Amino acid sequence: MTLAEILASLFPSGHAVAVQDGLVTGSGPFEGGTMHVVGIDGDTPLGVEGAATLSRAVLDAVRTGDRAPILVAVDSDSQRMSRRDELLGLNECLAHLAKTLLLADRSGHPTIGLIYGHSAAGAFIATALATRVLVALPGAEPSVMDLPSVARVTKLPLDKLQEMAKTTPVFAPGLDNMVATGAVHVVLDPARPLAGQIRDVIDGMQPGDVRDRLGAERGGRPVARAVAAAVIDQARLG
Amino acid sequence: MAGTRAARIDPDTVSWYEATARQRVRALVDPGSFREFLGPTERRMSPHLPLFDLPRAFDDGIVVGRADLDGGPVLIAAQEGRFMGGAFGEVHGGKLVGLLRAALELKPTAVLILFDTGGVRLQEANAGETAIAEAMRAIVDVRAAGIPVIGLIGGRAGCYGGGGLIAGTCSRLAVSEGGRISVSGPEVIETNKGAEEFDSRDRALVWRTMGGKHRRLIGGADAFCADTVAAFRHAALDLIRRAPTFDLATLDAEQARLESRIARFGECRDATDVWARLGVNDPEAVPAMDTRAFDETVSRVGDADHDAR
Amino acid sequence: MESLTFRHTTKTPLPGSVPSAITGVVASGNLEILLERVLPTDVCEVAIETPIAGYGDVWEAVVADFVARAQPGGLRISINDGGARPDTVSLRLLQGARLMEA
Repeated sequence: MTLAEILASLFPSGHAVAVQDGLVTGSGPFEGGTMHVVGIDGDTPLGVEGAATLSRAVLDAVRTGDRAPILVAVDSDSQRMSRRDELLGLNECLAHLAKTLLLADRSGHPTIGLIYGHSAAGAFIATALATRVLVALPGAEPSVMDLPSVARVTKLPLDKLQEMAKTTPVFAPGLDNMVATGAVHVVLDPARPLAGQIRDVIDGMQPGDVRDRLGAERGGRPVARAVAAAVIDQARLG
Repeated sequence: MAGTRAARIDPDTVSWYEATARQRVRALVDPGSFREFLGPTERRMSPHLPLFDLPRAFDDGIVVGRADLDGGPVLIAAQEGRFMGGAFGEVHGGKLVGLLRAALELKPTAVLILFDTGGVRLQEANAGETAIAEAMRAIVDVRAAGIPVIGLIGGRAGCYGGGGLIAGTCSRLAVSEGGRISVSGPEVIETNKGAEEFDSRDRALVWRTMGGKHRRLIGGADAFCADTVAAFRHAALDLIRRAPTFDLATLDAEQARLESRIARFGECRDATDVWARLGVNDPEAVPAMDTRAFDETVSRVGDADHDAR
Repeated sequence: MESLTFRHTTKTPLPGSVPSAITGVVASGNLEILLERVLPTDVCEVAIETPIAGYGDVWEAVVADFVARAQPGGLRISINDGGARPDTVSLRLLQGARLMEA
């Protein structure tokens, strides 16, 4: 689905969501109230200005005190890779954006990530992965790094990696693998109106961070939850 | 488990950069106070690296546990930058996330994270990336509970990729000259954008753009340390006492701080241009300054100290 | 990865009472060695995981030399190798034994 189709399905009576330079901001009517929308469209890389624009929009939403849901819609490239962005402290800008979303969540705004295209690395962590629940649409392509690049870095042949990718969700790019890892909670049905599906997601939100439990149940992250639990157990013993 | 012995080092003389993660931890905290969780004898190793014919480490490249710092209880995590570049794998990430979650129950004086990482371990990329997101959420929860989370950065792997984002989530950061903080590393930028965008072999450029002095001058870090364990201990104790709260006012201030930085320095091509605009008299002299001279320079720069993190 | 295990009997137990120690880091040209005082006092077992196959006889010689010199009775020694040279292996084994004795 395109962003326009998503917004039409979410807000059948219209909305005030705009896209400028690949950055998505605005709101629409939702369940008798409002839904705030921020995001990245068109496979756009996220640099310092983009991160600051989105974090400002999130803070503006928090400041209203309306506790309305915040949708983070993502079809992005990775972080913008440049000397200038790093000079200006891209790590601070991306972390700040993530912190604003985590603050919003703590302040009573249900935060929902929606990945409908590509996303990778720092841009993914700062946006969709900083929400309470991350959902996807079929065809989404979250990744940390594409397989040819993985082959370059790991010095393994590409055909071997492609073979391993079929049985090892922990490293391979793609939506199914991020679902198995627990990072993506659920894949939505594009044939049904999104408004109701998002409402159900909000109604089903659970306290705490459930991603490592999902990863264990789905087999994509077999040990992370047990490791974290064992650390907590040993910490309790002093 | 407690008590797996490791070689001791002298905190006053030994280089933080050269020390191992386990040596840094033991020398940083009060003598004899460190107790490791999931220590090496438990052999919680990566279930994934054997698929790639790669050697594993008994602690998966991160040491976590509890200790006392100047008498106060702290939880502490230290990444080993020499094992797989200190990168986040599934076990490695799970140990950090578990430690942060434990802080909510134990309410220590602080959580210390000794970063030394290139980012996500590609062989376990999805697990590593998700763990980074979990760690950032957990840090925010810990900070919101009033517990400072302090990052210490001075290892040979620097603090790159998702590690840079986790660092930016901490309450306070201390960095040494050798500590580099960045999202995309020099090689990544060069590979994707070409050597004319970033020549990764130009080490002086790397230090100027990502190194500890630049981060300290622009307010990306809150303390600058000489490359010794004692200096990092002193900085950690100081930063714990003046950690900002996590709330809307802090993030509003950070928003203003970052927007102002982009507006004032967005046209700068090089770090020396930024330093000149910050009011540093002789920007070219900054890389060669010793810690004392650099501290004096920092004290005259308004951007360096703030509570907007 | 290649797994190797060598089991030796020693004339004496390793002195000291430290239950476990670790030294080294898994990195290119380096290795980590975990020592645990868990075996009968006249036995030493050394288990190695190495990414470089085909050097079993070199490992066997290095381990035998270490056992003869240190008499590490009672120790289970586990090695994660990152491709260390034999002299590095010997050095680390002796370092590890010293940590257990202290």
